[in-house]
Amino acid sequence: MNDTTVTDSPASPALKLKKRSRDPVLTQRLAFAFLFLSTLLIIVPVGLIIVIIVQKGLPGITWQFLSDIPRQGMRSGGIFPAILGTIYLVSGAIVFALPIGLLSAVYLSEYARGNFLTRLIKLAIVNLAGVPSVVYGLFGLALFVTFFKFGASILSGALTLGIMILPIIITASLEALESVPQSFREASRSLGASRWQTIRYVVLPNAISGIITGTILGLGRAAGETAPILFTVAAFYLPQLPGSVFDQVMALPYHLYVISTQVPNVDEKIRYGTALVLLAMVLFMNLAAVVIRCRFRKKKKW
Amino acid sequence: MRKLKEFVIEKLILFCGLASIFFVVLIFLFLLKEGLAVFKTVTPPQFLFGKSWYPISEPPHLGILPLILGSLMVTLGAALISIPIGVACAVYIAEVAPLKIKEILKSGIELLAAIPSVVLGFIGMVTLVPWIKSIFHLPTGLTALSGAVMLAFMAMPTIVSIAEDALYSVPKTYKEGALALGATHWQAIHRVILPAASSGIMAAVMLGIGRVIGETMAVMMITGNAAVIPHSILQPVRTLTATIAAEMGEAVVGSEHYFALFAVGIVLFVISFIVNVGADLFLHKKEQ
Amino acid sequence: MVEFLIKDLNIWFGQIHAMKNVNMEIGSKQILSVIGPANSGKTTFLRMLNRLNELNDNFRMTGEVLFGGRDIVEMDPETVRKKIGMVFALPLPLPMSIFDNVAYGVKVSGVRNRKLQAAAVEKALKQAYLWDEVKDRLDTSAFKLSGGQQQRLCIARTLAVEPRVILFDEPCSGLDPISTAKVEEAMLVLKKDYTIILVTNNVKQAARVGDRTAFFLSSELVEMDGTDKIFTAPRDKRTDGYIRGKFG
Repeated sequence: MNDTTVTDSPASPALKLKKRSRDPVLTQRLAFAFLFLSTLLIIVPVGLIIVIIVQKGLPGITWQFLSDIPRQGMRSGGIFPAILGTIYLVSGAIVFALPIGLLSAVYLSEYARGNFLTRLIKLAIVNLAGVPSVVYGLFGLALFVTFFKFGASILSGALTLGIMILPIIITASLEALESVPQSFREASRSLGASRWQTIRYVVLPNAISGIITGTILGLGRAAGETAPILFTVAAFYLPQLPGSVFDQVMALPYHLYVISTQVPNVDEKIRYGTALVLLAMVLFMNLAAVVIRCRFRKKKKW
Repeated sequence: MRKLKEFVIEKLILFCGLASIFFVVLIFLFLLKEGLAVFKTVTPPQFLFGKSWYPISEPPHLGILPLILGSLMVTLGAALISIPIGVACAVYIAEVAPLKIKEILKSGIELLAAIPSVVLGFIGMVTLVPWIKSIFHLPTGLTALSGAVMLAFMAMPTIVSIAEDALYSVPKTYKEGALALGATHWQAIHRVILPAASSGIMAAVMLGIGRVIGETMAVMMITGNAAVIPHSILQPVRTLTATIAAEMGEAVVGSEHYFALFAVGIVLFVISFIVNVGADLFLHKKEQ
Repeated sequence: MVEFLIKDLNIWFGQIHAMKNVNMEIGSKQILSVIGPANSGKTTFLRMLNRLNELNDNFRMTGEVLFGGRDIVEMDPETVRKKIGMVFALPLPLPMSIFDNVAYGVKVSGVRNRKLQAAAVEKALKQAYLWDEVKDRLDTSAFKLSGGQQQRLCIARTLAVEPRVILFDEPCSGLDPISTAKVEEAMLVLKKDYTIILVTNNVKQAARVGDRTAFFLSSELVEMDGTDKIFTAPRDKRTDGYIRGKFG
């Protein structure tokens, strides 16, 4: 076969296309097949996981399961306290993370100059996002449980989770704020509005959907995390419901961990059922975020 | 009056803007506060390179080398699996997949990213672990290999989505130039587009690995939790993260064990700091 | 009466010297047309007068801009912008209803009373020749209006704040000839009560509408005089070249 070379075309970067003895079209077919298989290798198991959990968990989902307290050391009964606990923790986390995260994003979008401080803040956000969840647990233990003496409680757990989801809220809100066109800000300022008035009347109302989306994603993340709540709040077996924020509480992710690894002979239906409830909760929140994002994109007036 | 209100609000905003820096520093400080105390009992080299981890014996052995190696083995295994497959998937989605399927695939990847790690650990326990046990005829399927496979799976959404962003942002003119010179689509991809996106892909890989290093629950549930130096990937191991999670419940507050676990936390924090800052630098390099 | 007195004005954006040693006097209740090729500095000049350049982090200036005798840099920027309004090149309604758009400036000044706002809105829309077309749909989105209507809306919202000066930054560049004529007609009526400074790429429009004309080139003020004089017997040959269409 020929060995033709085409060198140094005027376009950049310079390309050398050599036809060797391999047919390039065949190479492409093989390469694309490999790419396709790789993709399948990821996507198919995802589908399988969902199918397995639904299939084996659905039989366990009864009204009693969802509303009853656990009995017989988790071998029967329901998971209501865990569901409630998760809801409390997640709500607490968002109450903490949303205001701080949103205002932080407002700072970055509306006030920060592109200087070293801004770079440092963004680096800090990247870092917070990357800290291992178990290290957050340690931090929560050291700061809230021990130093502030809140003890293992909803308060400690919610605050720890709140700091953990802060980067998610900031990043999503920042994106939403930056997507509001600069021309609106100029028009507002030129009419005599101050920077804050512009933010309040023009920028924020038009960034709401992105902010809500980010919040829901943060909620979903907080609901599914186990390690941060291991030492800061989670109780192994607490049949009664919490009375105040200083009480311990059960939580779905921890509950799943415990009945899969620590408690022998738990009925399969209960295990898969718990997994299903947790998965459904998280996926539902993600779905809601996506739907809101799409709805608002269509409604966007500019 | 309005001016005063605005002044207060704007100061509040500035304060919140600095919040992230504040929290990063706070986390590091508290880790140090509790973790540095361990170096009254052991020296840093003894801690980092010590070969045995028996924190509850008298006197306690606080060498984290087995844990480091455990993490390393699982991470490397996960990297070997997830990098080629993840990048390949990203290329497929960005360049090859037909438009209608693209959205479905991206949703599928996002779905995977959303699944809590404890759920994946649970599934891994009931499917992957028995499977590996029977394939390799092992006494237990709780091995580093199982962990590596599962973690690869968890790293892939990060790798795929960031790599896909990087590929997507390569200017179309590069690809068009290559095709205009007679290259096939695949040749354009691997000679032009991939190199152009290389720093973004590098960042994707680093962030994916960062995710793997920090993973706790899934690892705890399927790698077996044997804190010994592993000799093969088919053995149970213990990672740095699982150690903290598994043992903190039993460590007495203020004991050497307690301080040692915080010291492990410091190690993890530093590793994730390096990985994340590195990845961020790669992403910024690309933007220039 | 002198509305603006500009002394030795120099502006930098980072390293770029965007305005060089401008000295000029602008009289009140008349139209000043500002002409020049692209990147000559006309818009930078205009945006200096309502301090909009400051929104850019890299902005720096030396010199003085006196408005009614006071240096505008020493005044509160929000007050400056309420007295000196601006209409932009592309119609820029805020993403709100027609009513809210026009009432916006009034609202941020602290007027909460809806009746007062409504009175101001009606007055401004009438001044902009838009009232009849929109009076029945004040609550609909401003984006539903045509381009020409949107621009008149922008004029109305600027008028609602009761400024003394109105800056027009190439206001007709996105409009069809009929809408353009309507905007020019409005300007000629407005000049009885307001000082108007019009930046325009359209030399003929400058001649039609302006009482005085200023010509900018490469960030400098080349010449400024009565419009008739500029267009029949300009002193500088660069002015002559531009007006004849030899460049720009």
